[in-house]
Amino acid sequence: MIAILDYGSGNLRSAERAFATSGQDVVVTSNPVVALEADGLVVPGVGAFSSCMDGINAIDGASIVRERLKKERPVLGICIGMQILFAHGTEGTENSEKSPHEGIGVFEGIVDRLQVPILPHMGWNTVETDPQSLLLKGIEDQSFYFVHSYAAKSPVGKAQSWSVYGEKFLSVVEDEYLSATQFHPEKSGTAGLALIKNWIGSL
Amino acid sequence: MSLSIRIIPCLDVTDGRVVKGVNFTNLVDAGDPVEMASLYGREGADELTFLDISASSSGRETTLEIVRKTAEQVFIPLTVGGGIRSVSDVDKLLRAGADKVSINTSAIARPELIAEIADRFGSQVLVLSVDARRARTESGFEVTTHGGRESSGIDALKWVEKACQLGVGEILLNSMDADGTRAGYDIGMITAVREVAKVPLIASGGAGALSDFAAALDAGADALLAASVFHFGTHRIGDVKTYLNKHNYPVRSVVVT
Repeated sequence: MIAILDYGSGNLRSAERAFATSGQDVVVTSNPVVALEADGLVVPGVGAFSSCMDGINAIDGASIVRERLKKERPVLGICIGMQILFAHGTEGTENSEKSPHEGIGVFEGIVDRLQVPILPHMGWNTVETDPQSLLLKGIEDQSFYFVHSYAAKSPVGKAQSWSVYGEKFLSVVEDEYLSATQFHPEKSGTAGLALIKNWIGSL
Repeated sequence: MSLSIRIIPCLDVTDGRVVKGVNFTNLVDAGDPVEMASLYGREGADELTFLDISASSSGRETTLEIVRKTAEQVFIPLTVGGGIRSVSDVDKLLRAGADKVSINTSAIARPELIAEIADRFGSQVLVLSVDARRARTESGFEVTTHGGRESSGIDALKWVEKACQLGVGEILLNSMDADGTRAGYDIGMITAVREVAKVPLIASGGAGALSDFAAALDAGADALLAASVFHFGTHRIGDVKTYLNKHNYPVRSVVVT
């Protein structure tokens, strides 16, 4: 069973249906027990880094993620759900005295604004695939759908795949039980569904 | 490696049906928006847009149902516009399975709505639809309302600048002069708006020949929206992409199944 972590508003329906195309049972839940016990946990996310962290903190989502990883249970972060896995995010703090927001911190490093005149980075882009990537196996040359203005730019994890918009950023990270995609596989057509299938196949 | 341009078919729906005539022989029900959306998805549309022109609240409920059904089977981004007046309207659409909403008249009436939606859901969900035409305003372009029938008196470029500051994630620029003519996009208008818009720009209105799509991209559009040329089968989405690819514009290739 796959659990999609519900920690606020947004379009979780697409994610639910996309993961269900694999034939797995999928639940959208904020119940910590269900989220902890599921074969795979998806951390989705739309909106700003800090409001996502508020939603995560309200259901103690950081503990769920950490506990799962300790028990060697897979977690997949998507878009802002990837970004909040990092230690810090600068979204909304760049032009002030404020220090960056804290994330869940299971990946080291900071999520920072892309240096490019037109944001968000919105649309289909390609990925420079790490040969070790399991998630991108068989779909190395495909495009995926991105919507974001911030990204992680330093390598973390065992396998790193990169994309370029203005500058190079982490597109997919895979580190044992913890994986994350900056793009939206649930919105990336057949390529996205193939990635979801790869992840579920690894559970 | 680069970001592809986007081709976006737009479907006008009312009370659960596609309004403008659709000329596809391989559809069981050419008026069914879900089936149309699914077909366009298979043909390589990079996103889909539904414009809800229902006048009644029951029509809007039907649209929510269409969004639900579409989100269950079409896994590309879906934008829904028409009749959105509040944060709660946006919430309903996102929960039904829309990825983005487009607002127009309600933002002109109350610009704070832009900031309210962006604060709650993030800028990326919000497309500002600007129905503009050539007029004697400061920039030479003005914003219209009611589908281009009424003047708002607002300068189009100033409005785009303000909307970017308030937090829109994207601009959908509809030329009311070019709309329906199939004589090409309003290139001057796209160029002018590109200068001031700090967010992605979708050009709409006037698509006819294949070279029209390329001209709009040259003027600075990031994405191209069209309705009738696709619905009437003048061009298939694949034709547009093949043409653009041949002329060295980055497109997403799709294996048609």
